[in-house]
Amino acid sequence: MLNEHLAVIAPELVLAVAAMASLMWGAFSRPGADGRGPDATILWAAVVLMVAVGVWIGLSPGVTVYAFDASFVNDGFARFAKVLILFGAAATLALSHAYLVKNALMKFEFPVLILLASVGMMIMVSASDLIVLYMGLELQSLAAYVIASFRRDSLRSTEAGLKYFVLGALSSGLLLYGASLVYGTAGTTTFAGIALVAAEGPMSLGLIFGLVFLAAGMAFKLSAAPFHMWTPDVYEGSPTPVTAFFSTAPKVAAAGMITRVFFDAFGAAVADWQQILVFLSLASMFLGSIAAIGQRNIKRLMAYSSIGHMGYALMGLAAGTPEGAQALLIYMAIYVTMNVGVFAFILNMETDGKHVTDIAALGLYSRVEPARAAALAVLMLSLAGIPPLVGFFAKFYVLKAAVDAGLVWLAVAGVIASVIGAFYYLRIVYLMYFAEALDEPLDGRMPVLHWAFLGASAAAMVLGIVNLFGVEAMAAAAAASLFQ
Amino acid sequence: MNSLLSLVTFLPLIGAVVLIVFLRGEDAHARQNAKLLALFTTTATFLLSLFVLAGFNPEDPGFQFVEQSAWLGGLTYKMGVDGISVLFVMLTTALMPIVIGACWNVETRVKEYMIAFLVLETLMIGVFCALDLVLFYVFFEAGLIPMFLIVGIWGGKERIYAAFKFFLYTFLGSVLMLVAMIAMYLVAGTTDIPTLLAYPFDATPLAVLGIPIAGGVQTLLWLAFFASFAVKLPMWPVHTWLPDAHVQAPTAGSVVLAAILLKMGGYGFLRFSLPMFPIASELMQTFVFTLSVIAIVYTSLVALVQEDMKKLIAYSSVAHMGFVTMGIFAFNQQGLDGAIFQMLSHGFISGALFLIVGVVYDRMHTRDIAAYGGLVVRMPVFALIFMLFTMGNVGLPGTSGFVGEFLTLAGAFQANTWVAFFAATGVILSAAYALWLYRRVAFGDLIKASLKTISDMDRREKWLFAPLVAATLILGIYPALVLDLIGPSVAALLETHAADVAATTLAQN
Repeated sequence: MLNEHLAVIAPELVLAVAAMASLMWGAFSRPGADGRGPDATILWAAVVLMVAVGVWIGLSPGVTVYAFDASFVNDGFARFAKVLILFGAAATLALSHAYLVKNALMKFEFPVLILLASVGMMIMVSASDLIVLYMGLELQSLAAYVIASFRRDSLRSTEAGLKYFVLGALSSGLLLYGASLVYGTAGTTTFAGIALVAAEGPMSLGLIFGLVFLAAGMAFKLSAAPFHMWTPDVYEGSPTPVTAFFSTAPKVAAAGMITRVFFDAFGAAVADWQQILVFLSLASMFLGSIAAIGQRNIKRLMAYSSIGHMGYALMGLAAGTPEGAQALLIYMAIYVTMNVGVFAFILNMETDGKHVTDIAALGLYSRVEPARAAALAVLMLSLAGIPPLVGFFAKFYVLKAAVDAGLVWLAVAGVIASVIGAFYYLRIVYLMYFAEALDEPLDGRMPVLHWAFLGASAAAMVLGIVNLFGVEAMAAAAAASLFQ
Repeated sequence: MNSLLSLVTFLPLIGAVVLIVFLRGEDAHARQNAKLLALFTTTATFLLSLFVLAGFNPEDPGFQFVEQSAWLGGLTYKMGVDGISVLFVMLTTALMPIVIGACWNVETRVKEYMIAFLVLETLMIGVFCALDLVLFYVFFEAGLIPMFLIVGIWGGKERIYAAFKFFLYTFLGSVLMLVAMIAMYLVAGTTDIPTLLAYPFDATPLAVLGIPIAGGVQTLLWLAFFASFAVKLPMWPVHTWLPDAHVQAPTAGSVVLAAILLKMGGYGFLRFSLPMFPIASELMQTFVFTLSVIAIVYTSLVALVQEDMKKLIAYSSVAHMGFVTMGIFAFNQQGLDGAIFQMLSHGFISGALFLIVGVVYDRMHTRDIAAYGGLVVRMPVFALIFMLFTMGNVGLPGTSGFVGEFLTLAGAFQANTWVAFFAATGVILSAAYALWLYRRVAFGDLIKASLKTISDMDRREKWLFAPLVAATLILGIYPALVLDLIGPSVAALLETHAADVAATTLAQN
């Protein structure tokens, strides 16, 4: 009996056990002859493990199974999101190695925390009960707070961790309060039970309030405006690999979680939550586009970029249709791919061995490193959503879902925001290609692995126009599993 | 051959990839090789496109050389040409070798320059061949990227401002079109252009936020497309990006911009606005006429006071595009024929005029009209060619410019006499600014010391102009070459347009 349940959560179990074992290994092993511990080994083992588990999940049969009194569900949607989370986390972890070594931050706790965060994220997208959801969320968040301040001797990093923690705790409180309101009104915490109550007719005031608080708490994790305030500071202050991590896997997890709550628990009340999502989406798109214009720090810029992108992803969700959920998944997949490439570049922005984040440092970079500059230009134009790059198709699917759901005005607002946003992506291209040359250009030497991620990500943005690498069909199947 | 169009479209791209992958180094040989390869590729593309022209059956108003395969998200990769688009494809392939020839003196970042033009050529041909809405959009928008870089990297002093303005202006116009395209896809259930051409979009009046909209959904869709094409063409009052972009762009960039990129707007009106939204087009006729007439008269007046040669020609382009929109929205054979003819002819003439500015700019590094004068003394060949294209720009009989202007005016006269009247004054104004420009640059005494040693056109430059001169004269003397090709498709377009309008009028009565 228990075995069946455990079989459902086997991937999470494997990762959790691996995280604990690595923790023991790291804590009890002595430095070798070269004075180094098993830190790097643990990191690479975690990368391999996450990729392996990702492949395992991806290849597992496409059925929907429940565990623990239907409080945990493993369906096509969860699997799609988990594969994306694991690949994103593995990619950013692999990218972080060189940076950690260079900055004397290579500690075994880092991969362990990433592993634990990944487990938390996987639970977030598989939760079908408010308590399980909260547990996953907190596991992910706690790990995230710690790695945000992983560079303990840096004022900025510590500040980022603290800010993230305080605001994160507030949002968790909001979410919990919403959950308790929902529980008080519906009498159950399972999504299936809430769905039954919500389907009975007009929602009671308690349920609506609970829904709003839940949405606020989740929007915080997704960094959707107006719950975005932490994002630029945390992105800027955290060590760059951590920023890379924050902008990929946790975003997928938060989007997956918000999708699951709205569709599984409140699927009958689309009209009630649609307005919330429309507002979040609209505010995020415009804030992300306009606020980024003033940014000179590329990490802050990417923070506002991610706020804007979450706005577009939420536009798909606001449609409230299977096509909308599919569009959201495609969007997240493309978004993660682009961000991995962009951060592979940002990690190597150095002058004389010092990390720089000012975008002015990119001045005429195309003369210094033509290939890298071209790859980053492709990624920037793709982030701006300009065809024929794949970023355009991400937007195309969400716009289509929105228009199909009758939200034409939201689609129009979205494309106008995308024009405003195009300005700052273009500015990066402008800086690299036709600004004034600098006396001291960036001279960071890029490890082969980073170059591989940057190149692959840019190439995917160009070649994806052929068939999007089949992501479309996978996302359709994943979205369909939400509507069974 | 079934994939001929794809081959023509993507051959330049293949050339660009070869350049990216195989060409190394930045010495003189590498630069020369890049130019030669680009010239070779564009010439090969032109020769290949001749097969399209040879195999094209002018009697058939439908799409020819159609190829189709599935793409993502229910979209199709579908290419084909009809009488309206085939000549734009030819215009593009024919002008590109000249454009490459025009950048022979460029010495900075030659490889990237050639790559940008080759990629741009693929995208431009793709726009005219695409028979799927989203495919069209992808080609249409993607063209912004190479042009942004061409203006930005190789442009003049204010290039950054001009590049951003160009990009954001046109981008804002086209994203609205994207939303309209998605709406059409969802209403009609397909993005196939031939199917959509026959699809009757709902034209029942409706109200949005209390504002009544005659023509309903059609009008809204029409406006979204209009936003895109009006900026691209460009029409008054959204033309302001064009003078900036033209002045700052390098010579070859200006040529492409004036000769081909602007034509995408006019082509868009012909391909989408007119046949797909006939009722809305009918309702908006007066609106477009008004804008066209303002464009013709106002921008001609603005051109009169310009002190920069390129800016003057840029404003003259806006005025000439006013004739195009006027002809298209006259909804008759002469008007449409004239509009297409005007676009082709303007492609040759304005391209040549920008090349002419390039010739003197290469020598004197200024575009100030006041810096010149009396060039005929030292540059007789230049003065002769300049005169020919000045006459073409004015619309002198015997040049292709005359045919286009005359046909559009004849078409407009049938639709609205006053429009034709005011537009005809534009012809006079164009004579004023063009001839005055010519007088100030070519005639008079050669008194400026800096001009004493200026040399006439060299052999490369003469060869660049030869095909343009030939095209302008041949089309001016024997326009039937073009009109026979486009006639049946235009007639078919007008027939369905009239039928659609009649059917709706009947239904509403």
